Amino acid sequence: MTGKLRTGKLSRLLLARRGGASWHWTDVASYAYLALGVLLMFGPVAWLALSSFKTPAALLEFPPSLLPMAQSEVSVQGYPQPLPLFRVTMEDGSVRELAQVRRVGIVAQMVDPKEPGQTIRVPADRRTPVRHMALAVENYTDPLTQFDFLRFLRNSLVVTVVATIITLVINSMAAYALSIYEFRGKSLAMLGVIGTLMIPITIILAPVYLVVTKLGFVDSLWAVILPGAATPTGVFLLRQYMLTIPRDLIEAARMDKASEWRIYARIVMPLSMPALAVLAIFSVMWRWNEFLWPLAVLTKTEVHTLPIALNAFQGELQTQWHYLLAMTVVTLLPVALVFAFLQRFITSGIANTGMK
Amino acid sequence: MAGLELRGIRKDYGATAVLKGIDLSIADGEFVVFVGPSGCGKSTLLRVIAGLETVTAGDIHIDGTEVTRLAASDRGLAMVFQSYALYPHMTVHQNMSFALENMGIAKAEISARVDRAARMLRLTDYLQRKPAALSGGQRQRVAIGRAIVRDPKIFLFDEPLSNLDAELRVATRKELAALHAEIGGTMIYVTHDQVEAMTLADRIVVLNGGRIEQIGTPLDLYNRPANLFVAGFIGSPRMNLLPTELVKGEAAGTAATLGIRPEHVEPCQEAEADLTVRIELVEQLGGETFLYTTGPNDVPLTIRCDGQSRLARGDVLPVRFSRDHLHRFDAAGLACRPEPLLARSPS
Repeated sequence: MTGKLRTGKLSRLLLARRGGASWHWTDVASYAYLALGVLLMFGPVAWLALSSFKTPAALLEFPPSLLPMAQSEVSVQGYPQPLPLFRVTMEDGSVRELAQVRRVGIVAQMVDPKEPGQTIRVPADRRTPVRHMALAVENYTDPLTQFDFLRFLRNSLVVTVVATIITLVINSMAAYALSIYEFRGKSLAMLGVIGTLMIPITIILAPVYLVVTKLGFVDSLWAVILPGAATPTGVFLLRQYMLTIPRDLIEAARMDKASEWRIYARIVMPLSMPALAVLAIFSVMWRWNEFLWPLAVLTKTEVHTLPIALNAFQGELQTQWHYLLAMTVVTLLPVALVFAFLQRFITSGIANTGMK
Repeated sequence: MAGLELRGIRKDYGATAVLKGIDLSIADGEFVVFVGPSGCGKSTLLRVIAGLETVTAGDIHIDGTEVTRLAASDRGLAMVFQSYALYPHMTVHQNMSFALENMGIAKAEISARVDRAARMLRLTDYLQRKPAALSGGQRQRVAIGRAIVRDPKIFLFDEPLSNLDAELRVATRKELAALHAEIGGTMIYVTHDQVEAMTLADRIVVLNGGRIEQIGTPLDLYNRPANLFVAGFIGSPRMNLLPTELVKGEAAGTAATLGIRPEHVEPCQEAEADLTVRIELVEQLGGETFLYTTGPNDVPLTIRCDGQSRLARGDVLPVRFSRDHLHRFDAAGLACRPEPLLARSPS
């Protein structure tokens, strides 16, 4: 029953038209535009995910293939190594599957796996490799075993979760003061907060580093968590949202003998859920992907976060693309999960539903 | 439950004076209605009493204790907002118990009080619903319930019925009157609707331009308006106001304006007429009829007749004023009577 209902909803979603029974050209244009959008936004992610299963050789192949493919091999009696399998068009026009023994210039020496005794000489351009889909799962398993992935994952999780909680608490308190209270210098304070948006991290990197060093935070996760906890973007975002909460609600709570802390915790915070969810998603993305600052303050390997650790695959001379791609996919997953969980809160607010 | 005393309350917003010196004392258990046109300061006065606005000058006493500088949460008053201001993320039960939790009352006591209020307001079936799932009238009752459970010193109502449709407004008005009779608390009620004021109030305070025009029982205000403003504001249709010289035998004395309510004007013989008017519009309501007419110099005059009328637009009608019900006002707009009810300094 629910399954049926769900398919009904899905088909309604995918076949929605602007009204009426027939397709209007604007419907077609809308779908074409949406499809382009999906391709542009989701294409690179799909490419990344598919490529993460390719072997190093397949990654360097030209022309590149979309799916992770590998050439089929076959063991033939009399040859110690498995031989690559090709589909060959013979001179009489028939097509046979032959294994290649070696290739000399433009001629390949082939052998039929069923008749191992006899070698056949074939022009190299008459054969095409026989390929099958092969997932290079070792791209994932090798780093997970050799490279201390779980430690870096744990570091990243600690930084992301703790920093996001601190960010939400601090920023919402600042936003509460800047939206609910009237006080002298309020706009100046707000301007100051927004003004810091214009200062890029590269400029304050050195001074903040000095502060963090003096506090003895270098090589501890607190060095990454604390400096970015209060973000002007977060304060601004939450303040703008809190301004839309009806003043009557705050005043009703005051009449109901609620302390300011109760108003903050029981009235304003629950009603700011949509904005808090947005800020939580931002914060998770920032912290999870943060690179420059952790690179500066986390020098010991055991406190590295995932982005820093992934950097190890990227050497000066060569890059282990297969590991890098696979670990990038793993790194993307938590953010995607967080988004899937939090996006349901980013619906329209309910702050006005108790009025009138 | 408690009495309230306001002394010389002034409230300025920058250069704009909203309240220009309000003195008022309200007895324990009294139902007082603030009424006046929009912008007269009645809502501001209520918010000043609530503690949601500070005063520029003057002081407020509740039960003999000065509360002028106390925060809203410490004054022990409950307020029903025009917008209801229900907490949208809480159920009806949570909405009503929020204040009690803040007061640190035991859980069992909270439940008992909420249940009692819910029964009184017929909300028992809706306690687990959120405000979005309630109708306008139900939300209104939750807002009132939120005040009742508190057992506050004074109930404050800020135009609580203005968002309801006409039928529901009449029904809720009756319920409010019954509620006041039942719990007997001191209630201060702000409205611009004079019917609400007339039907609910023990005493009405008429405000205009930040000043009190008159305080009195509803019938006091109706029968003995202290000035032209109150005369024109209370009563529907409005009292007819005519220049004195238009009416025979009234030109003498200090009165500059005569007031006569529509029901005190009656058609008569030509010989005994005070005025002859031409009918412009006839409104037949079945039980009564309103005649909108113009007299000499195009002075408008409204007449209320019992029952139905055969008169039509364009008819000329001699009318007589009931002498017992004639109101006389001097050039400053004050009622001419030996003992003025409320002296108003001419501004």
